[in-house]
Amino acid sequence: MKVNVKVNGQNKVFNIEPGDYLLDTLRKENYLSVKKGCDNSSCGVCTVLFDGKPIKSCSLLTAKTEGHEVTTVEGIQKEADKLSDYFGAEGADQCGYCTPGMALSVHALKEENSNPSDEEIKEYLTGNLCRCTGYQSQHIAIRNYLEDK
Amino acid sequence: MKINGYQTVKSLEEAYNLLNENKQNAIVAGGAWMRLSSKVIETAIDLSGLELDQIVETKDAFEIGAMATLRQVEKQEGLKNLYNGVLSKALSKIMGVPIRNVATIGGSIIGKYSFSDVLTPLLVMNVELEFYKKGKISLEDFLVSKDRSKDVLVKVIIKKEEAKAYFHKMQKTGLDFAVVNVAISKKADTFKIAVGARPSLVKFALEAMAFVNDAKEVTEEVILETALIAGKELKFGTNSKASEEYRRNIAMAYIKRGLREVIK
Ligand SMILES: Cc1cc2nc3c(=O)[nH]c(=O)nc-3n(C[C@H](O)[C@H](O)[C@H](O)COP(=O)(O)OP(=O)(O)OC[C@H]3O[C@@H](n4cnc5c(N)ncnc54)[C@H](O)[C@@H]3O)c2cc1C
Ligand code: FES
Ligand code: FES
Repeated sequence: MKVNVKVNGQNKVFNIEPGDYLLDTLRKENYLSVKKGCDNSSCGVCTVLFDGKPIKSCSLLTAKTEGHEVTTVEGIQKEADKLSDYFGAEGADQCGYCTPGMALSVHALKEENSNPSDEEIKEYLTGNLCRCTGYQSQHIAIRNYLEDK
Repeated sequence: MKINGYQTVKSLEEAYNLLNENKQNAIVAGGAWMRLSSKVIETAIDLSGLELDQIVETKDAFEIGAMATLRQVEKQEGLKNLYNGVLSKALSKIMGVPIRNVATIGGSIIGKYSFSDVLTPLLVMNVELEFYKKGKISLEDFLVSKDRSKDVLVKVIIKKEEAKAYFHKMQKTGLDFAVVNVAISKKADTFKIAVGARPSLVKFALEAMAFVNDAKEVTEEVILETALIAGKELKFGTNSKASEEYRRNIAMAYIKRGLREVIK
């Protein structure tokens, strides 16, 4: 079947099987910043924005994106660059595998709540796991980034 | 899960007919949980075009479309105040925001998941489900019903009531399923106590409810006795998360805390 979807502002037509999940479709279409980790909705490295809201692309059927908008980290490039400066300053990036998903979640958090408390930041990022950093440096970097706008 | 065909339907009638045309046809709501099953679906029925994702506040109730996501429900301002926000609080404990942006209230109810943190708080509220053909049925009756006929859940109706409520999910990590969960509500002098993830499907502690509802005054002794009765009457089980004994003791501890909280 065919699906019409806007990815990072560009209209696309994807040829898919009815049971394909968005993560696999995006990677097949070379959106390789969308990572595959657990493939069972647990780790968050496959996070993308679906009509501006963070979702795990391994948990959404591609067929459900018909007529909708999907954003990968390339779609928020300028902001992701700025966030990565804050991550760099705090040593919050190690292997970087979790970073695209985390950047998208931070972007969505900022849109929803521009002045979140520490608790709200933690709560919003619960679904984005990082196996390298221990979260503290990322948390500080995210808070600094959100305070600096 | 394997899906052989996909149909976005234009009406509830079309959805209902398609659902009943073949045993292996199924509605795919968020599709998040189904993804983890080994089900084969002949035709996946997508209700996205039917505007079932609206939450409407009427004079007496909140009517939540079956396709509303858990996050929509969690963030709905009016629901944050109903039963002192017990539903919003409970939903906020389910995985992270990205899953709650996909998983729907309808899928969470129809699945009758034993681990559910959605059903436990809903059960202590006044909730009706509206199906396309079967019409309205209370959540309580739906949960114990053995009726396996397939129908489309259209909306979830939560009646507005002056009541206080409590919910606690005991979990090992922020992303984990409940080891056990407890919800309690108090409307005027009537208490409801529900315990879920025992690890089986949520249930009322009926004898404990009868005891506390008969009490002239809810003293500390009554609270302790109510928790003991609930611990005795409810069945708990052992699985990889916790033993039967641990679950029973944890449930009793949170029933006590919940009762103290709602009588404040
Ligand atoms: C990784 C993961 C962790 C989770 N952890 C928790 C947790 O800790 N606590 C918790 O409470 N929940 C948890 N859930 C479950 C989640 O909250 C949802 O309950 C679940 O995903 C089902 O919602 P869905 O929209 O994805 O439904 P689907 O998977 O699309 O559907 C579920 C069932 O309902 C049927 N159905 C859906 N909508 C309708 C309708 N309108 N009419 C008739 N039938 C319908 C489907 O055919 C299917 O049988 C978790 C889910 C995932 C993926
Ligand atoms: S790959 Fe999707 S959550 Fe891990
Ligand atoms: S930096 Fe390696 S997983 Fe997060």
